[in-house]
Amino acid sequence: MDWLAPEPEGLFCIPGGFYIDPLRPVACAVISHGHSDHARPGHRRVIATPETLAIMRLRMGDDRAGDVQQPLAYGEEITINGVTLRLAPAGHVAGSAQIVMDYEGQRAVVSGDYKRAPDPTCEPFQVVPCDLFVTEATFALPVFRHPDPAHEIAKLLHNLRLFPDRTHVVGCYALGKCQRLIALLRQSGYDRPVWLHGALISMCALYETFGIPLGELKQATVAEKAELRGGIVLAPPSAIADRWARRLADPVVCLASGWMQVRQRAKARGVELPLIISDHADWDALLKTCEETGASEVWVTHGREEALIHALGLRGIKGRALRLVGYEEEDETESETEADEVTA
Amino acid sequence: MIAFAALLERLAFTPSRNTKIALLKNYFAETPDPDRGYALAAMAGALSFTAAKPAMLRALAMERTDPELFAWSYDYVGDLAETVALIWRGRAERPNSLPPGLAEVVEALKTTPKADLPELVAGWLDISDSSSRYAILKLITGSLRVGASARLAKTALAESGSVTPDEIEEVWHGLEPPYTPLFAWISGHAPRPDPKDAPVFRPPMLAQSLEGVDLTTFNPSDWRAEWKWDGIRAQLVKTLGGERVYTRTAEDIGHAFPDLLEILTDLDSHVVLDGELLVMQGDEPAPFADLQQRLNRKSPARTMLRDRPAGVRLYDILFEDGEDLRNLPFDARRKRLETWFARLSPPRMTLSELIPFENFSELAALRESARSEGIEGLMLKRADSPYVPGRPRGPWWKWKREPLTVDAVMMYAQRGHGKRSSFYSDYTFGLWREGENGRELVPIGKAYSGFTDEELKFLDRWVRAHTTARFGPVREVEQGLVLEIAFDAAQYSKRHKSGVALRFPRVARIRTDKPAAEADELDEFVRTFL
Ligand SMILES: [Zn+2]
Ligand SMILES: [Zn+2]
Repeated sequence: MDWLAPEPEGLFCIPGGFYIDPLRPVACAVISHGHSDHARPGHRRVIATPETLAIMRLRMGDDRAGDVQQPLAYGEEITINGVTLRLAPAGHVAGSAQIVMDYEGQRAVVSGDYKRAPDPTCEPFQVVPCDLFVTEATFALPVFRHPDPAHEIAKLLHNLRLFPDRTHVVGCYALGKCQRLIALLRQSGYDRPVWLHGALISMCALYETFGIPLGELKQATVAEKAELRGGIVLAPPSAIADRWARRLADPVVCLASGWMQVRQRAKARGVELPLIISDHADWDALLKTCEETGASEVWVTHGREEALIHALGLRGIKGRALRLVGYEEEDETESETEADEVTA
Repeated sequence: MIAFAALLERLAFTPSRNTKIALLKNYFAETPDPDRGYALAAMAGALSFTAAKPAMLRALAMERTDPELFAWSYDYVGDLAETVALIWRGRAERPNSLPPGLAEVVEALKTTPKADLPELVAGWLDISDSSSRYAILKLITGSLRVGASARLAKTALAESGSVTPDEIEEVWHGLEPPYTPLFAWISGHAPRPDPKDAPVFRPPMLAQSLEGVDLTTFNPSDWRAEWKWDGIRAQLVKTLGGERVYTRTAEDIGHAFPDLLEILTDLDSHVVLDGELLVMQGDEPAPFADLQQRLNRKSPARTMLRDRPAGVRLYDILFEDGEDLRNLPFDARRKRLETWFARLSPPRMTLSELIPFENFSELAALRESARSEGIEGLMLKRADSPYVPGRPRGPWWKWKREPLTVDAVMMYAQRGHGKRSSFYSDYTFGLWREGENGRELVPIGKAYSGFTDEELKFLDRWVRAHTTARFGPVREVEQGLVLEIAFDAAQYSKRHKSGVALRFPRVARIRTDKPAAEADELDEFVRTFL
């Protein structure tokens, strides 16, 4: 496909004249979702789902979220210089979208970050048949197979019953993981208030305006230590191993992340209760998705692209590594900058 | 297997001792026999299956995985069993059966011929989830390091009933996995298992350190003094049921000391003796390093037995021909020991002599002048002290000669430079302190000398086998190895987290005989040296 090109700023749709999730300010940007490595400030025109635009305004302020903000709901079509553009749900976080482009009889789909597992806080991923599929590869090794998140929540609640006097601090990033955890807790019947680190409050409030009920939430930073005994506190990952968490009553440090699959990673983070909950596609889901789109060519933006391209090759699909730099392994880094921004 | 796998996972990530005990108690309470007994055996290192090797695992996984993908995965995960557990794909998707029970696995591994193992193991993996697969694989390769020592498991077990860990130790070596009578006793459904004539371990009496104790309040005539020999504390047991050599942590080390076992076999008396295990050079104890050599060998070669013969300096007698002597006062036991020794004069054994003294300053002078290789200091024992398991404060004191050493725990290891670059030869060690989350180690220094080449090989192997995390060139290791660190001086330091720094620290000895929990405390260190 010669009308989509990886440029230093990001993926560029040549005839449409727009970038997808650009890393630097550009004239026209289509944004897949609100995570800070995909949605950056300072673009002139921004096209995204209404939810993603709301998230961007919350995180960077009205003035930096794009001079012109053009909402495009899932399924709606617009045409830019002959390129038909629409957004399809990616199942990653609220408002997350795949970018579907049709031009001269060819279709390219840029997935952004995505997952196939059900998530009560966002629309499920939609398979869009295409010629070129652009995928991430965050968890592209066959050792990554995310378990049923209900099982991980059960693990947390079981531990809470076993240690009813200890405060369970769960590290999770502010956008998506936090709200999904709360929704999963509610689904499993947990109806006590969930305590939030100050950095997580506004995003939860925004999710509620999207019509995603999260039950009773309370701020943990102002609460008395004694009140948090036996409670669940959600906090940015950078706060869980920090003085902030140590002030809590005999805390059990938990971290909700796909990386928790690997013991060394959990150990290195000083996590006592790893919860394998991920908002990304695991190995099986990556391969399944690439196959289901029917694409003859798959481009890999970031992650462990060598393994994915090797496995696609065994399935007769041509893979290409774009090696775009600037997209991060969310659970590892984005969360930390997020927390720093808020506490700074 | 699911409950056991979940327990292993929680234990591996939990730093706190109290939490580990709570998790173990919960597991023992909720798990039926015989599974819980096999779990206890696994943690106590009482299970070993020789037929299953890592190579078999790799071969099994390779049958089902693309080699390139396997290599990348192994590279990323860093542990073979974990890689196989995660990468394994069952033949049928979502089979309706549960993972095999722990007892089923243990019993099948004992009886299955080697040739049938791969198929058996593959069948288990097919019906298990990844954490059960991990537990199975670790179990069969015998590399089950679970973050809980045998002692901790026994402590948890004791706490779930109304017995003490020492009471468990006294019956432990008379029992076999899955320890059903033990669980029945602890839960109050059966009497204490009678070890009958089994050569069980008797928890030893230990001394406290004399640092900070005012000797002027002591009446010299109430006290007996002995040399503190520089070997390892050992217990020799001979009963109708057999002979054993135990360390003071209940480890059976008889296989490394066949020369001692032979003497016990020939002994015309049933007896439990407490003494210092040494390597002898003629009548004198050899340097500790010689003993270390013996301890590191699973079964020593004949030349080793000839060049480094083991001997025992006897301190005490606990049982004689079925009679429990532990409640007798020290003086009375000593009489019995001397009479017994005179009657049998067993080879390779000597009595640890009592040192006559008028007053403590005389003793202090003796202690300073004693420069023999095999002497670590003095022991003071009350003449009327019964033999009480544990470390009671008051009846026994140890009075070390050379004060500038500290028993620290290895925390991190790093590769050395030059010809040592393939060895983990730089060790960060720490002392215990009471932290906000319970007892924790705090690093006090780094040592990269003092050991022999043999010891370096041992340390390097130990580091590789006990790594818990890697940070670039640095490996974090299990908090399980005590290093006796010698140093020239200690000073306060703002640059160190512990607030202290050592001058010229070096590894004086590797204390494989000493449990890490018994290494020194930072507080005591500061009081003693600063
Ligand atoms: Zn994302
Ligand atoms: Zn991303």
